Amino acid sequence: MRPTQVKMLVGISIVVGAVVWLAATGFDESKAYFKTVPELAAMGKEAHGKRIKVAGDVKVGTLVRTPHLTTFELELEGATRKVAYIGKAVLPDTFKEGAKVVADGRLRDDGVFEAKQIQAKCASKYESTGYPGGDMPEAMRKAIERGESAPSGHPDGAM
Amino acid sequence: MADLGNFALIIAFCLAIYAVVASVWGARTGREPLIRSGENAALVVAVSMLTVMVCLDVLLVRSDFHIEYVASYTNRDLPLFFKFAALWAGQAGSLLLWSSLIAVFTALVILQNRHKNRGLMPYVVAILSTTSLFFIVLNLFVTNPFDELVAHFADGSMAPWAAQDGKGLNPLLQHPAMVIHPPTLFVGYVGFVVPYAFAMAALITGELGNKWITLTRRWTIIPWFFLGTGILLGGNWAYQELGWGGYWAWDPVENASFMPWLTGTAFLHSVMIQEKRGMLKVWNMVLIILTFSLSILGTFLTRSGVVSSVHAFAASSIGGWFLGFLIVMVCFSLILLFLRLPQLKAQNEIESMVSREAGFLFNNLLLLGAAFSILWGTLFPILSEAVQGVKITVGPPFFNRINVPLGLALLLLTGVGPVLAWRKSSGKGLRRNLTLPIIVAAVTAAVVVFVVGVKHPYSLVSFALAAFVTTITVMEFARGTAARARNTGESWPVALLRLTLKNKRRYGGYIIHLGIVVLFIGLTGKAFTQEGQFELGPGESAQVGHYTIQMVRMEEHNAPNYRAIRAYLAISKDGEDLGYLGPERRVYQATQQPTTEVSIHSTLTEDLYTVFASPTTDGRKGIIQVWLNPLVNFVWGGGLLVCIGTLVAMLPDRARRRRMERMMAGEASRA
Repeated sequence: MRPTQVKMLVGISIVVGAVVWLAATGFDESKAYFKTVPELAAMGKEAHGKRIKVAGDVKVGTLVRTPHLTTFELELEGATRKVAYIGKAVLPDTFKEGAKVVADGRLRDDGVFEAKQIQAKCASKYESTGYPGGDMPEAMRKAIERGESAPSGHPDGAM
Repeated sequence: MADLGNFALIIAFCLAIYAVVASVWGARTGREPLIRSGENAALVVAVSMLTVMVCLDVLLVRSDFHIEYVASYTNRDLPLFFKFAALWAGQAGSLLLWSSLIAVFTALVILQNRHKNRGLMPYVVAILSTTSLFFIVLNLFVTNPFDELVAHFADGSMAPWAAQDGKGLNPLLQHPAMVIHPPTLFVGYVGFVVPYAFAMAALITGELGNKWITLTRRWTIIPWFFLGTGILLGGNWAYQELGWGGYWAWDPVENASFMPWLTGTAFLHSVMIQEKRGMLKVWNMVLIILTFSLSILGTFLTRSGVVSSVHAFAASSIGGWFLGFLIVMVCFSLILLFLRLPQLKAQNEIESMVSREAGFLFNNLLLLGAAFSILWGTLFPILSEAVQGVKITVGPPFFNRINVPLGLALLLLTGVGPVLAWRKSSGKGLRRNLTLPIIVAAVTAAVVVFVVGVKHPYSLVSFALAAFVTTITVMEFARGTAARARNTGESWPVALLRLTLKNKRRYGGYIIHLGIVVLFIGLTGKAFTQEGQFELGPGESAQVGHYTIQMVRMEEHNAPNYRAIRAYLAISKDGEDLGYLGPERRVYQATQQPTTEVSIHSTLTEDLYTVFASPTTDGRKGIIQVWLNPLVNFVWGGGLLVCIGTLVAMLPDRARRRRMERMMAGEASRA
């Protein structure tokens, strides 16, 4: 190999090495385990001391806001977990009872999850449920509730 | 209308298949009429897809709530403008936009090349139509925007119905930047398919010269421009609408659009080495394959929510399709490339570390390093789950740690690159070009440390480099202008204008570089953000930096589609009265979703950014969040400068056309 090529190779190795080193060290600093509420329960003792992001729905009727502490329960697939939010930032608008959220923090020894950050479902994924203005026709909803099959004919006479 | 839409989709589906088959078959057997009919089929695909778009928009504007898509993303009260734009509010509609754009681009390429490049064209059309076909299949069979609203009954039967009103468009998306942001990004994603198609056609036909690169120069810079603009518009929307004080958060969806921009930037630079020196031919192929793949991946990540979704994978039905398509296309491309490797040998070698070639090579390496680190960080949750069964995520610190130093190294190359000579730079030339910029950089660094008092190392480096690159670039303009003024006797402004217009690619590029410098200054401002959160009752005030914020009063008001509570804040800086800011909290009726309307006092050097988070529980005070964001306007200004530079570089170029004609004539006479 010619000297220029050797120099180029050394230069390239330095850049690649630097990127890999930055990635490896940066990775350890900011990695977090992503768990759902039942998965967190399944981790048992392993969960202590690790940075965890836990995902679930805010259980309706459990949200308590006080000036410096917000507590609520997360639930998913039957499992629940008490969460205490100790962060300083005001919780996002999308955070409310029933919302899908990810709490970022650590599991305390008493089993309460201490969250420093809360992410509520991102705006671009947001879709509301249910249609305003009376939802589906009464006859149809009743049929569904009774477990019957579709009423014959188009429900609102169109088509 | 929905039936017409579906009918047009089926026509497009059949004709796209025909276009692929006829083009390839025609090229293999040398039958020009067959090739022509393939092209005509692709033109009709474009017309059909436009018809499909019109159908969906008619349904949206008419508020036809028989259609699930219409009922899901609009409601009766939605302004007409947003009803139109709801076309790309959901997955089905935005994938429709994708396939329509690619069909239209295919048609444009065909019309441009009716009498040119006849050897490459059949394969170009085949590749473009294959991509169209993939998205049309998704439109037709996987997420069809014309699906009817149906009720599911317990016994499994279904019945169609029409909602009385729709769910409405997410209020956060009711913002002008959010209306143009998605199509802008999509033009970027889709546009990169064109140079990719030409590259593959070059590999298939063995026309491996610089022709495919010269032909697709504009088809590369246009998507690059749109992707970059789209990213900035998204940032601007986030800044003005989301109310967390920033414009970039390394969110998977943001990363998805940033990665092809990085590899596209690398491609734009490295093709120059192939054109001038006949090197890096394989590398350029790899770069365009990567850019294409990342564009497809970007579309997928954006539309499926596979990474950011709380319940990953479950929600996404399109994942498998995208994965399959990506694997097929990447394997196909790499096999082609492998078969042509012997013909892609470089005509030259790098002769010196201090040469333009080496500069470009390192520029490429840094851009790819950034792209790969972002890809790794974005996909790691999926990869770790697939491999280890443990989902591990990484946050912004990971991305910043890698990309801040890489970005600064790139900024350095932005300055050094243009003054490096091809083959080998002489020490004398470098001294002449770099002495003044280094002095300016050193003086700037000294001023920043001792006068402004900045101690943060990365920020210091960034400001010094910004001065360095600006000086070099201004010197380049000045030297060229002076020489021209001397030779032609033109006045300086005329000479500057003519110089720029005579070599648009070069000087347009320099303007883009200046824009990037300004952008970097803006990004550096992030390091000096101050923030605070205050509970303020009427008459109470708080201090952030030099600013005093006094709560005057809180007031409720109601609009037809939302209820709002607004905080009137009196703002002053060092005792000087600056008027009022009025951040709001709104609750939209249709969705019952609270949103925040930020209020910003914006100056060239800093933004005072206020958010009304909520009233306190007793309702007597308001919780006000305040950010003092220095230099944010430099981010938008830099972006604007990049746009201007790109426009200059894209202006039609007479000299270039002559070169092209010579090249084509040369090839024809050789053949």
